Amino acid sequence: MAKISVDGIEYEVDPDNNLLQECLSQGLDLPYFCWHPCMGSVGACRQCAVKQYRNAEDKNGTIVMACMTPASDGSIISIKDHQATDFRSHVIESLMISHPHDCPVCEEGGECHLQDMTQMSGHNYRRYDFKKVTHRNQNLGPFIGHEMNRCIACYRCVRFYNDYAGGEDLAALGSHHHVYFGRHEEGTLENEFSGNLAEVCPTGVFTDKTFSAHYTRKWDLQTAPSVCAGCGVGCNTAPGERYGTVRRVVNRYHHDINGYFICDRGRFGYDANSSDQRIEVARFRHGQESQFNTLSALEAKRQLNAMIGGDVIGIGSPRASLESNIALRDRVGVQNFYAGFSDGQFNCLQEVTKSLRETGLVCPSIRDIEQSDCILLVDEDITNTSARLALAVRQASRSAATELAKEARIPLWQDAAVRELAQNTRSPLIILSPQGTRLDDVASELHLLRLTEQLHLLQAIAHVIDPQANDLDDYSEANSSLANNIAEQLCRAQRPCLVSGISAESPALVKACTNIGKALRAHHSKNAESPRPIGLCFAMPEANSMGLALLLESGGKSLGAALQRLAQGNVDAAIVMENDLSLRVSAVALEEALAGQTPLLVLDQQHNSFNAKAQLLLPTASVFEQHGTWVNYEGRAQSSYQVFRPSEGILPAYEYLSITDPVQQCLVSSELIIQELARSDSRFNSLTDLRPPRTGISASMKSPRQSHRYSGRTAMYAQAHVHEAQQEQDRASSLAFSMEGVMLQKDASLMASPWAPAWNSNQAISKFQEEVNGELKQGSKGVLLCSRQSNASPYERFDIDSEQKLACFAIAHLFGSDEISAQAPAIQARCVGPYVCMGQSLANALGIRQHGLVQLETATVRVQLPVIIRSKIAQNCIGIYCANEVDKYALLNGKVALQAVSEHESHIASSRAMFDLLLIKDALRGEA
Amino acid sequence: MRFEVGSALSIGAILFTVIIVAAMLIWVERRLLGLWQERLGPNRVGPFGLLQVVADMIKIFTKEDWVPPFADKFSFILAPPIIMVVILLSFSVIPFAPGVGVIDSDIGVLFVLAMASLGAYSVMLGGLSSNNKYALLGSLRAAAQMVSYEVFMGISLLGVVALAGSFNLREIVLAQSDGWFIIPQFVGFVIFLIAGIAESHRLPFDIPEAEQEIVAGYHTEYSGMKFGMFFVGEYLGVVLVSSLLVVLFFGGWLGPGFFPPIVWFVLKTAFFIALFILLRAAIPRPRYDQLMNYGWLFLLPLSLLNLVLTGAYILWQEGI
Amino acid sequence: MLRLIKDTLGSQCVTLWRVFMHAFAKTDTVEYPDVQPQMAARWRGRIILSRDPDGEERCVACNLCAVACPVDCIALQKAEDEEGRWYPEFFRINFSRCIMCGFCEEACPTNAIQLTPDFEMAEYVRQDMVWEKEDLLINGTGKYHDYNFYRIAGKKIAGKDKGEARNEDAPVNLRSLLP
Repeated sequence: MAKISVDGIEYEVDPDNNLLQECLSQGLDLPYFCWHPCMGSVGACRQCAVKQYRNAEDKNGTIVMACMTPASDGSIISIKDHQATDFRSHVIESLMISHPHDCPVCEEGGECHLQDMTQMSGHNYRRYDFKKVTHRNQNLGPFIGHEMNRCIACYRCVRFYNDYAGGEDLAALGSHHHVYFGRHEEGTLENEFSGNLAEVCPTGVFTDKTFSAHYTRKWDLQTAPSVCAGCGVGCNTAPGERYGTVRRVVNRYHHDINGYFICDRGRFGYDANSSDQRIEVARFRHGQESQFNTLSALEAKRQLNAMIGGDVIGIGSPRASLESNIALRDRVGVQNFYAGFSDGQFNCLQEVTKSLRETGLVCPSIRDIEQSDCILLVDEDITNTSARLALAVRQASRSAATELAKEARIPLWQDAAVRELAQNTRSPLIILSPQGTRLDDVASELHLLRLTEQLHLLQAIAHVIDPQANDLDDYSEANSSLANNIAEQLCRAQRPCLVSGISAESPALVKACTNIGKALRAHHSKNAESPRPIGLCFAMPEANSMGLALLLESGGKSLGAALQRLAQGNVDAAIVMENDLSLRVSAVALEEALAGQTPLLVLDQQHNSFNAKAQLLLPTASVFEQHGTWVNYEGRAQSSYQVFRPSEGILPAYEYLSITDPVQQCLVSSELIIQELARSDSRFNSLTDLRPPRTGISASMKSPRQSHRYSGRTAMYAQAHVHEAQQEQDRASSLAFSMEGVMLQKDASLMASPWAPAWNSNQAISKFQEEVNGELKQGSKGVLLCSRQSNASPYERFDIDSEQKLACFAIAHLFGSDEISAQAPAIQARCVGPYVCMGQSLANALGIRQHGLVQLETATVRVQLPVIIRSKIAQNCIGIYCANEVDKYALLNGKVALQAVSEHESHIASSRAMFDLLLIKDALRGEA
Repeated sequence: MRFEVGSALSIGAILFTVIIVAAMLIWVERRLLGLWQERLGPNRVGPFGLLQVVADMIKIFTKEDWVPPFADKFSFILAPPIIMVVILLSFSVIPFAPGVGVIDSDIGVLFVLAMASLGAYSVMLGGLSSNNKYALLGSLRAAAQMVSYEVFMGISLLGVVALAGSFNLREIVLAQSDGWFIIPQFVGFVIFLIAGIAESHRLPFDIPEAEQEIVAGYHTEYSGMKFGMFFVGEYLGVVLVSSLLVVLFFGGWLGPGFFPPIVWFVLKTAFFIALFILLRAAIPRPRYDQLMNYGWLFLLPLSLLNLVLTGAYILWQEGI
Repeated sequence: MLRLIKDTLGSQCVTLWRVFMHAFAKTDTVEYPDVQPQMAARWRGRIILSRDPDGEERCVACNLCAVACPVDCIALQKAEDEEGRWYPEFFRINFSRCIMCGFCEEACPTNAIQLTPDFEMAEYVRQDMVWEKEDLLINGTGKYHDYNFYRIAGKKIAGKDKGEARNEDAPVNLRSLLP
């Protein structure tokens, strides 16, 4: 702790930080542009000038940039000094010289950091009356709008996009006052985190294009704290609603998980909520007729109750909330409740939950991963399955630079200096993968291996670290040196981390990774070193994969068992909740099961080929439309609050499934389901603390969802009825659908949209953090559900399948693999159809040229897919991207025969256009 | 002691006239206020808007007569008639002209004071029974104000009584045949005027019903004819205080012979009614504490001084 | 003492006298339905949406009127044409809530929303007090004749390319390194 004096008041600050950050941490208002808590200082904008005095006697002082000055002990500075304020007002005036008169037609208006800072710096009238510099804009794809005139050249965009997120296609172009931030040519921004540009840019140069299409000012959005349902990371989001539709999703700060950034799937996938595929009314089919009757919500509930009788099985879903799964389980009984995973994932998750409880291994949060100094990334293409994890892994590769800077005594916030010092020094990131990934550019080693080869290598590594891990004696020479090398790096690391996933659906992989963790633990304890945190985490494909896995942890039954029962036909009805079973099992298995003519009751959000077969189809609420609890890959349960009431007829699944008196609706609130679970199941005890207690002020005075300047209340729906209806009541949470109530600003867990006086932009979040980039004040961080076992368990044993001639692996894509977000128009613009990728030698052997067609055939399925030939792919291995269209399980589990198909040039052209969207850098250009 | 009751016909005529005059005051007051505020006032119903009164009456009689469920029903209904009754009773001792009056009583002045005290009950009951915080505040203010100002009202009259040597209002008028008491009792007149305004809680002393502070004070919860009774009661009070001023200080019906006595009485009373309305148009309301301070710290000593001086004058006159 | 009397009684009497003298002044009341009042040009009456000198809608759907409105009686939704011009998809004023305060006009950065001297807007059916854009939009510039927001803003719209707005240089040629 150091003491500094600001305008005569003493503050205790952290001397490792710069003055700007510490002033903001203390709640002082000091304007800035180029500095960002995650990206450090470069001193580009000159806006945070303060006066610094040498000592108490010094009355003149010197102007310094707060962001470039360490908060060293005894510093005496003044923010209010008139020379400093003058300086700042002149700086902002010159930054504004070419700023267009755009605020009314700018998407950033009203939440613009530049507006805030201009006000704060006291620049009111334009004096410069020469010509403004103008620029032409670029079309940057479906996500990001570009309006270059508004730029103030703070360089935040390129520092985020290139330095932080590893993008390559955005650059500062031109020179002097003609500097231009854009691509070398028009085109879609490639990076998976491009959406964050809209939040990082202090003004309206980069804006959210999907938001602009149905634009609403920030103050008019009804927001509630939510959790992204795009994947298993559980990023915190703040969706905004107006006129009954979700208008945008922005990042909501969570110290341990997403911090300031979310991926593009989470940000732009919201539009699926109002897509034309949305199920809006319940419908019922009599017998085998093709005609449907539509039902009201009440009728639907009655029909459901009438159909649930006798022996009913329920199939849960990893993309439904914990509440809905519990409601289904309680409705059909534990013995009739089946997992909604594919059987492979189910087996994997059984192992994952076991490893989560393992003593000595920690499941790292995103922030932990960012700080780890050696990462072994096994098999999972996390950029496409859990993108936020990939961003964290990218940051972790900078740990070596951090170490170097510490040695050289360079403060870590001196961003440019640290980068200059480190050059390309990176901490070890070892990737084992069947194909090249987007993290290759920061990987220290990339090993292209098939799954079985990876398993052998992992076994070898575990053996090297701790010979007791397995009785291995026949691993190959090549493997041995590689294993030695990797093992050595892992052992040396202070904070090693293993990252894998369950996309491969291989329990052996989970076991192998867990074994390495255990071996490391044994290694450290044997060498009597101080215990080091050994990170081990598995990326989860869906928002509640882990929640459902924990529910099924003991004695859960697999989907396969459910289908078997259905096929036998000794079941009266089957309830399938928010689950497209055609994506979980092969078509043949599903057909067999449904042949039994069991009445099928489906609850879902979007129409798909599976729920078209349902006898009763009920529309359920999306994550934005219900209170829900979601468990992320760490086993961290988090609450999402209802942002708005869905249209009449759409209910959360748990409201359909709970048996209650329709009058006393409060009986089925998610809060009560969770409380009941916490009470009845000791594993979930800690869930009682998940939501802020509904006592005291929050019980009587609710927290508003709408901003204090929400507009149009008496006109929004006046065209339908001039008499204003009573405002929606929310009896199920401590939030209100209104602008009235107590803004519980101190309890950041109930705050979706940060605002502080003079801080209208998202930068206001610093007012709610303990310190900048630190924990939120009093905010709920969620509850970790996986307690460690008291005893360490022995090594896992597993068999590795014998080597096949041709191995298949499934490819996932950030845009398209998630079935819900894939319905959003903006995401659809980035989605591609199914394809196959393979190496050059295999293609040559089959006689396939780049972008040609190949026929894949198994015992049950035959498809023709376009081919992309890559250089970075394991030998004798093909990757299949199914795009939720092709029967994935038939291809992956069967023996695939490949055959080239002759095709037209037009085919080639269209599939080339498709592959251009994929932006795979190592696609071979050679066309034989 | 004389206690003569007039004929039933004259009683009926006086009652009718008084109530009609009070009702007409609704129109008169609005027109006069309009005049002084450079507006027009009600002018659309009938000639000069004269039938406005009729319209108001129809409205007030046909309005829903609503008793709030939380009110104490008995006293809520009882309160408005009280004020009407006590003020109308006060009129019984007023000598309008020789031979015109209800009762010729030797205790006329005392009777008027007694009735004025009873009027406080109406206001208090109305406020208390409404079970409403504004009504309660209003009635508390009214009780304090009326009780306080009755004291000076009574004392200020004693000078007149002493000069006339009688409590009989008719005799007080006759005692002024060689000089109105306004001359010797100017101070008494001023105090009585102020106390009279306060008793009838007219502006600027309408503190019990100050709209800007306590909605409508004691009659917040009243509507329909019950409110109408409070309303008309207030105008009756204005007429009563005006006629008392005329009787006590301005020689009642006495005047030059070219008008009959009753016309003189009516003219003088009309002048004071107009003065009351002018006061409303011109003078802002004091604060509650200012009103009480003014009463107890200024008017009370002044009225006592007035009484002592008057007594001394009488004794000096009688040559002791 | 005299001073006290002068300050209290005296001043009250002067007040009474002055108010009394108002009886002889001319009344200000205009007997409206019989006599049409003379409305000032800046009277805050019926709200209209005006067009710019080129005949295009002035409103850019910035929402500032809606947020300034103390009774929240304005609701609108932004839309954008292919050329980048913002306009309101719908623009609704609930006149049964409007208090004619004129804050919307004050807030409007494009002079689109204006209050006019027309005050005769009573309706028998309350629903008819809800006015949509078609009811509000007039074919003229209203009180402000020359202002054209898009000629000043930097955004490109149909008929105005980058660099063609007031005080703008032609767009930068990025390939050039000349100063």
